[in-house]
Amino acid sequence: MPGLIGKKIGMTSIFSAEGINIPCTVIEAGPCVVTQIKTKEKDGYDAVQLAFDEKKEKRTTKAMTGHFKKAGTTPKRKLVEFKPFPEDCKLGDTVGVDLFADIGWVDVSGKSKGKGFQGVVKRYNFKGVGDKTHGQHNRLRAPGSIGASSYPSRVFKGMRMAGRTGGDTKTILNLKIEKIIPEQNLIVLRGSVPGHKGSYIIIES
Amino acid sequence: MDLIKVAENAFAVETNLPKFGAGDTITVSYRIKEGTKERIQNFRGVVIQRKGQGATATFTVRKMSGSTGVERIFPTCSPFIQSITVNKTGKVRRARIYYFRKLTGKRARIKERRVVTTKK
Repeated sequence: MPGLIGKKIGMTSIFSAEGINIPCTVIEAGPCVVTQIKTKEKDGYDAVQLAFDEKKEKRTTKAMTGHFKKAGTTPKRKLVEFKPFPEDCKLGDTVGVDLFADIGWVDVSGKSKGKGFQGVVKRYNFKGVGDKTHGQHNRLRAPGSIGASSYPSRVFKGMRMAGRTGGDTKTILNLKIEKIIPEQNLIVLRGSVPGHKGSYIIIES
Repeated sequence: MDLIKVAENAFAVETNLPKFGAGDTITVSYRIKEGTKERIQNFRGVVIQRKGQGATATFTVRKMSGSTGVERIFPTCSPFIQSITVNKTGKVRRARIYYFRKLTGKRARIKERRVVTTKK
């Protein structure tokens, strides 16, 4: 599963040949640099570490500077491991969007937007109580019952309740590639991807 | 925003729409598919607003059908828009003339702005 690290640029829409308006996400993906090749003998598994997005050398720790120097590249912000990657890649190779040239569909993972402390209606799509009137007091978005009484005398683990929402890694499967623009390292995907504009995402085929 | 424009331009089809804004009376020739057949429907009315930019821009046209107001929102880049003709250029002080919805009868008129067009 070769992949790339990218940055979400934003959304737009395009018209298909049939005239259907398609929502699309624009992603700046790569060019990524191979900064480490992990092997079964040395590390216990095969993987390739890719790096993306320039970083100031001043802001890089000495240890990481050495790591990037080994690969013969400038410091980068984001490092991600991919496995398995084609075996013929070498340290310091650059991988670009043309990686997806003959692939129609990709999976995208990223960190979803943090929503803070949310109730069950937003968090788990509970329906709320239903009526606004007919004797309802202030229970419009309440979760309802969370279990029976004397048996089991407790609330089951994993009961869905209000709490911190969003801000966790989500993967969206099978997004169609609408276009690849190699000059600007752009990928245009059909549909939405997790995260803010400018957040890092991982694209895998 | 810049890279979004790059992506939008990659899909852009050349359109040749005239310049128009809120208060103008325009006729939109819109291609409508009915089964396998295609025909053109004209929608003539006053432009209430132009919204958005780039590939996602839209405009709203309002007309009176009998005594009922009808509004349609068209995406500016829609491939179904065959042509747009500007019938009248209106003189309004706002970019979005929402107040126009409440006006009926003789009040629902917009002063025309006389535009000098040089004939070629």
